[in-house]
Formats: sequence, structure tokens, C-alpha cells
Amino acid sequence: MGRITLDKVTKRFGDVEVIPPLDLTIEEGEFVVFVGPSGCGKSTLLRLIAGLEDVTGGQIRIDGKDATETPPAKRGLAMVFQSYALYPHMSVRKNIAFPLKMAGMDQAEQKRRIDNAAKVLNLADYIDRRPGQLSGGQRQRVAIGRAIVREPAAFLFDEPLSNLDAALRVGMRLEISELHERLKTTMVYVTHDQVEAMTMADKIVVLRAGHIEQVGSPLELYRAPRNLFVASFIGSPKMNLISGSEAAKRSASTIGIRPEHISVSPTEGLWKGRVGVSEHLGSDTFFYVHDTGLADDITVRVSGEVELRAGDTVYLTPDAEKIHRFDQAGLRLK
Amino acid sequence: MARAVSTRRKLIVTLLAWTIGIAIFFPILWTVLTSFKTEAEAIASPPSLFFFDWTTENYAAVQSRSNYGLHFSNSVIISLGSTLLGLLIAIPAAWSMAFVPGKWTKDILMWMLSTKMLPPVGVLIPIYLMFRDTGLLDSRLGLVIVLTLINLPIIVWMLYTYFKEIPVDILEAARMDGAALWSEIIYVLTPMAVPGIASTLLLNVILAWNEAFWTLNLTAAKAAPLTAFIASYSSPEGLFYAKLSAASTMAIAPILILGWFSQKQLVRGLTFGAVK
Amino acid sequence: MATAHSRSAARLMISPAVILLLGWMIIPLSMTIYFSFLRYNLLSPGNESWAGFDNYRYFLTDPAFFDAMGNTFILVLGVLLITVVGGILLGLLLDQPFFGQGIVRILVIAPFFVMPTVSALVWKNMFMNPVNGLFAYMATAVGLEPFDFLSHAPLASIILIVSWQWLPFATLILLTALQSLDQEQLEASEMDGAGPINRFIFIMLPHLGRAITVVILIQTIFLLSIFAEILVTTNGGPGTATTNLTYLVYVQSLLQFDVGGGSAGGIVAVILANIVAIFLMRMIGKNLDA
Repeated sequence: MGRITLDKVTKRFGDVEVIPPLDLTIEEGEFVVFVGPSGCGKSTLLRLIAGLEDVTGGQIRIDGKDATETPPAKRGLAMVFQSYALYPHMSVRKNIAFPLKMAGMDQAEQKRRIDNAAKVLNLADYIDRRPGQLSGGQRQRVAIGRAIVREPAAFLFDEPLSNLDAALRVGMRLEISELHERLKTTMVYVTHDQVEAMTMADKIVVLRAGHIEQVGSPLELYRAPRNLFVASFIGSPKMNLISGSEAAKRSASTIGIRPEHISVSPTEGLWKGRVGVSEHLGSDTFFYVHDTGLADDITVRVSGEVELRAGDTVYLTPDAEKIHRFDQAGLRLK
Repeated sequence: MARAVSTRRKLIVTLLAWTIGIAIFFPILWTVLTSFKTEAEAIASPPSLFFFDWTTENYAAVQSRSNYGLHFSNSVIISLGSTLLGLLIAIPAAWSMAFVPGKWTKDILMWMLSTKMLPPVGVLIPIYLMFRDTGLLDSRLGLVIVLTLINLPIIVWMLYTYFKEIPVDILEAARMDGAALWSEIIYVLTPMAVPGIASTLLLNVILAWNEAFWTLNLTAAKAAPLTAFIASYSSPEGLFYAKLSAASTMAIAPILILGWFSQKQLVRGLTFGAVK
Repeated sequence: MATAHSRSAARLMISPAVILLLGWMIIPLSMTIYFSFLRYNLLSPGNESWAGFDNYRYFLTDPAFFDAMGNTFILVLGVLLITVVGGILLGLLLDQPFFGQGIVRILVIAPFFVMPTVSALVWKNMFMNPVNGLFAYMATAVGLEPFDFLSHAPLASIILIVSWQWLPFATLILLTALQSLDQEQLEASEMDGAGPINRFIFIMLPHLGRAITVVILIQTIFLLSIFAEILVTTNGGPGTATTNLTYLVYVQSLLQFDVGGGSAGGIVAVILANIVAIFLMRMIGKNLDA
């Protein structure tokens, strides 16, 4: 259960084509993340799968059955919203029971499922409270609880962590991953945060302006970005992109090198520059190196602490194996 | 930031505000007090404010002489009936406009409002004739219909402004949870909008209770609500101040109490959301 | 959230309201227009005949029409002046901190909830009556001749009564608008050296501008149709001294049974109200975009 196929799916709002014809298959049990900058159409795509928007053209199949015209209630999908969308007038228990009540499930089975969800998500302490009395993280759990009790064919998550503070976000990220491990249900997850995408996904779908730029596992995307957009979108800090003579030397229009693939030396190296701002994170140090004669500042990531001050001269050497080459159209060169 | 205000200034403002407040309220207070006087005391010179023999005989007299109970129940049925009927028609309409806005939504809202601005004399004659010919003249049903229609735009507008504040996400969540349209409205939207629906109800009951053009022109006796009943005191019964006061007090007391409860929502309802 | 399904549901759910209001507006109004071109009196039924613009000619050249227009104008303007100026002053006062704010607010707003027939009767009999009214007593107490308000200053008396009813409305709305004024703006202007009067003129009044316009427009709509107060206190008299347009149409159609003439008057009233309505709708329409 839970194979979703998009076949030439198109969405137009008036004259604006938000999603040009798009093909995608989400395999059963897969954790798929749609990632891209805001306005790339990732949320629209999710809402098309949910049935909250009509497709303009194409077909959506769920487990092989055409669901293009099926109303959202009948698609057997559950969704967790960015705002959690809990029913404020119902207790946590009633919130979770709502989809079961709508399905006309008998009381005993309802209770069994709710208790189970409460156990899995640790909701027991506040099961009789209203959403207004809960913290952000607790609300998030309730929203997930409401989704899992239905035992849906697939879960849809629309930027579920963006309203949480940083620490909580990391915790919930783990919990959702663990939930996926346990349930093995298909999950489709939308986010603009590439870190979430990298850490959670089995498969990442990078979107820009409604187009799929690349589909692949997190490491595939990291190791072999298909084009400049994916290259600069995946990875933090961003990949350094260099064009001009340095790129021409390697018979490319643009070359890219990730900050962690550059070694630093005070005495010798390929590129000479001057240290600007440095950011010390303890485990890592980021340097912004000016005046390298290359296009822009070069970001360098070094493990541990390194004693370099602003204004010091440094030499940088990229790891030749890990240089990415792109042609004039921005596509990866083999 | 609230700033500390000198006590002297606060006392002066207090004195001034209370004086004006009491002056504005005085006619109501005077009416209520007079209703507990005997007729003789009501026109006594000098008039006494509090120190008179309190009596409730006027209240008994009003009921026994004029079938006050009938008019009171007419008022209740007409104002409550027209408001509930209006809500029944307006809730789905406001749902449509707030959550599925289309190209025409704004125009429809404005047009609905424009019907409210139609002066009643512009349609008085045809309504009067139609009611005469269909036997709706001097009937509660007739007034319920007319008051529903004249207050419908306000009800739709008020609900619309309240519904707009409910996040669409929650309704979509209900849809994802398998709720059909009616379940969505009954189990999710309506309970969430209860405060808004309640203040809409309250304001419209008040407006319908006090409506005094159609109620005066379309009723004679049996369906006359309190507005029309009180108007019959115009003369010469109006010279019996204590009884007039008792009848008036009973006519305004329920709505005054409702009104005080709803005053916070009043501004928004009466200005169609233009002032919040 | 816009799927074809929800859009068609939306159309279905809005249609009862639209159809009812459309019927309410179009059917009687077109009948009124039709009647206004007929010679049609309820006392001689069956004798209807086409009158062309005669009804309009009679109505618009009737001296009572000019009186009614004048009275309507004075009534609306007088009440607006009193309630808006009074409302601003009261709003400013009630916006200050003082003891018992909640109670005073309740006292001030109370008259708005009093039904028009009650307030008209109470004022007419218990306050303005030249023999037993409270005003007469007060006048005698200080040695003055009691003044017969409704005979000697009928229109002013009605203006007073109506103003008493509408002052709470204006006050409440202007007070709400004042309370939404950002305190930091006032403090900033104080830092910039603006005294209380300048603060009022340059900061508060512009902020109130929109609320004042709304008060004026909404009250105008209601004040054009003042009816019960006149019916109960003066019956439009003495003579036509307190007959406004609404009352004139009422007299013509329901007292003199002249359907044709009354209809013509009704249409004139509709046209006048529309002129006000257009301005009001613009105001509210702008708000809708925000």
C-alpha cells in the first residue's frame, strides 16, 4: 500500500503554470522529500497529491488506481499541516478520534487505535487537554497522532517543523524518522530546509519553478548534483562556484568545490587569499577567504579549531577528485 | 505603554465621565424609577428620585389592561425567528465566500450590502399590497420574513468577517480526515465560529427587536410586537406616566441586558468590519 | 483550497441567500417603479390608469415635498453634527484612564438599545411635556415659563431625541478607533514637541478620519429613514414642520391610499439614498481589499 504515481501532472492558476507536466513515482514505503526554495511549487505538488487542489492535466494514481478525481477524503492519505491545523474546540483525544469518527469506526476500535497512538507518541499526559494548552512540540505530536490513527496509505507532511524552535526541530526530525522506520508507510515530506531533506529522506526531489531538477538519494545529490542549482542548493555551507580561467583550465564553464573539500595551509597551496570573517562552531570552523583572484569569496570548512586571524594570508588547495564541473548550460560534465 | 497619570487628573476625568454617563443614561433610569411610582407620584411636583413608595402595581396593570404578554411573545418570536432563519441561510453563504472566494465574491458581498441601503419606503407599497393579498398582514410569519430579509446582509457580513479569521488549514485538515462538506461545517467550522455566530445572533436579535418601520406598518393588533404596542401609548394613555414607564421598562430591559453583553462585537457588526 | 468540487458546493450554498435578496430587491422595487407611473388609489380600486410622469410631477412640485426635503436635510445634518462632535469629545474623554470605565461605558451605550418608539414616548411625555414633563418642572423651579418643545421647536426636539439614540453609536465606534491608535505614535509626536492640541489635530484626527466617515455614512443611511420617532411624537406636524421624506411617503400611500404618488415618492427616496450608499460602499469596498 502506498505507491503514488504522478503522470504528466500539470497545474495552472489562471495563466500561470505553476507545475509544468511532471512525472514522478513514489515507491511504497519510501520517505520522499520535496525540497526547493519558496515558490518552487513543492507545496502545490503536495496539495495536488492530497486532492486539496485540482490538477489542470495529467493523472495521479495511488496504488495503481486513478485518484485524479477522487476527493481528498476518499484518497486514504493523511496530512500534517505546517500550522498543525488542530481543531481548537476538541480535546487531544477528540482531535485524534475525528478521522475515525468520520470513517464511522466502532467505539472499541477507535479506542484501541487512539491508545496505541498515544503510547507511540507519548500523548498520554495531555490527552484530555485542548490544543490551546499545548506547546508547539506537543501540538506537532497530536497532529502526527491524528494522521497515524487512520493507518493511511501515505503520510503527507507540509513543512511540519517550520514553526518549531531549532532544538525541538532536531528532536522532532528524529522522531519522524523513527516513526517511518517503525510504520514503513510511504511518507511525502515538503520542506525548504535542505538539512531536513538530507537527514530524513530516502529520496529527495529537488524542485525549482515547478520543474524537477533532480531526484535521488541524499548522497547521490551531494556527490553528483546534476546541475548548478542542485549543487548550490544541497550542502551547507554552500558549494563554492568558480567560473573563468580556473574553470577553463579544467575545460568547464563553472567548477564547484564544497567548503569541506578544500584544505588550508599558511605556507603553500594552489590559491592564495586573505582570511576575512571566520565562524567558530567548535567542531568546525568556517572561513571566508577574500582576494583569491577567483570570482567571489571562497568558503572553507575546516574540522576542529584552527588559529587563523582576519587578514592572515592563507593558501587553499581543493581536493581534485571532488571538483564538480558544469557546462555553459549549468549541467554537470562527466 | 501605559503611563502613570496623576491622581488629581484621574479624579477630574472620573468626575466628568460619570456626570456625562449618568446624564446620558438618565432618561432610562428615570423611566425605570417612574415605573415603580404611583400615577400621582409620577407627576408629583417636585418629583422625587428615590424616596417614594415603591410599588409594582403598574406592571400588573399593564398586563391586565393590554395583553402585554402577547406583544412580548410576538417580539421574541419575530426577532429570534428572523435571526435564526437568517443564520440558517447565511452560514453556508458566508462559508462559500470566506473559504472558496471567487472572482465575484467581493461583488456579491457589496451587492448584498447595497440591498440593506434600500430605503424601506421604496418597497413599502408593494410589500404592503402583497401582504394584504396573501394574508400576511399583521402576521408573525410576515414579519419574520421581512426582518430576515432586511437583516440578512448584516448577518452574512458579520459571519463572513468572523469566518475569515478561521485558518483554512483546519478545514482542509477535516477534509483530509475524511469529513464530507456537511461534517466539515457542522463539526469543525460551526463550533470554531461559535463566538462569532453568537455575537451575530445577539446583534441581530437587538436590531430586529427594535425595528420600527416594518413592525409599525405591517401589524395592527394580533402580531404587533412591543415597538408597535408601545407606539399605541402615544396618546392619551401616554399621560399615565407610571404605566407607560412600566411598559417601556419591560420592552427595553431584555434587550438592554443583551446589548451590554454584546457591546464589544457591536462596533464590528455595525460597521461591516470597517472599524475593529 | 479550490477544487472544482468545492467551487460547485460553494455556488450551491451561496445561492439561497443570493436568490432571496435578489427577489427582495427586484420584485418590490420594480413594482414600485411600475406603480409610480400609474394613477392608482386604494380607495377606488380597479380604476388604475397610466399616468406617465404625472405622479413625479405632483410629488416633486408639492410644497410638502420641499418641506419634507428640507426637514430631512436638517434632521440628518443636525443629528450628524451633534453625534459626531459629541462622539469625538466623549470618545476622547472615555479613552482617558478613570475609575469605573466599564460602568460608564455601559451607561453611555445604553440609549442605543432602546427601541425608537420607547425613546420617543419617554422624551415626549416625561421630559418635554409642557405640564408634567421634567423639563417643565425644571423651568418652573428656576422661575421660567415652561417651554412646549414639540409645538414650538418640533424639529429641534426630534433632532434631540434622535441624537440621544445615536450618540452612543458614534461614541462607541470613535472610542474603538481611538483605542486602536498606536500609543508609540503619540509618544513620538510628544517627543517631537507637539502639544495636546497639535497631537489631536495631526495625529488623532487623521487616525479617526476613516471611523468618522463610516459613522457619517452609516448614520445617514438610517437617518434618512427616520420614521417611528416622528410617528409617535408629532405625526409630522404641526403642519409639515416635522415631515421628512419617509414620513411623507407613508402619509401619501398608507393614509391617503395614493399608491401612485407614494410610489413616486418612494423612488425619489431610493435615488437619494443611493447617492449616499455609493460613498459608503466605496469605503467598505476599500476595506475589503486590505
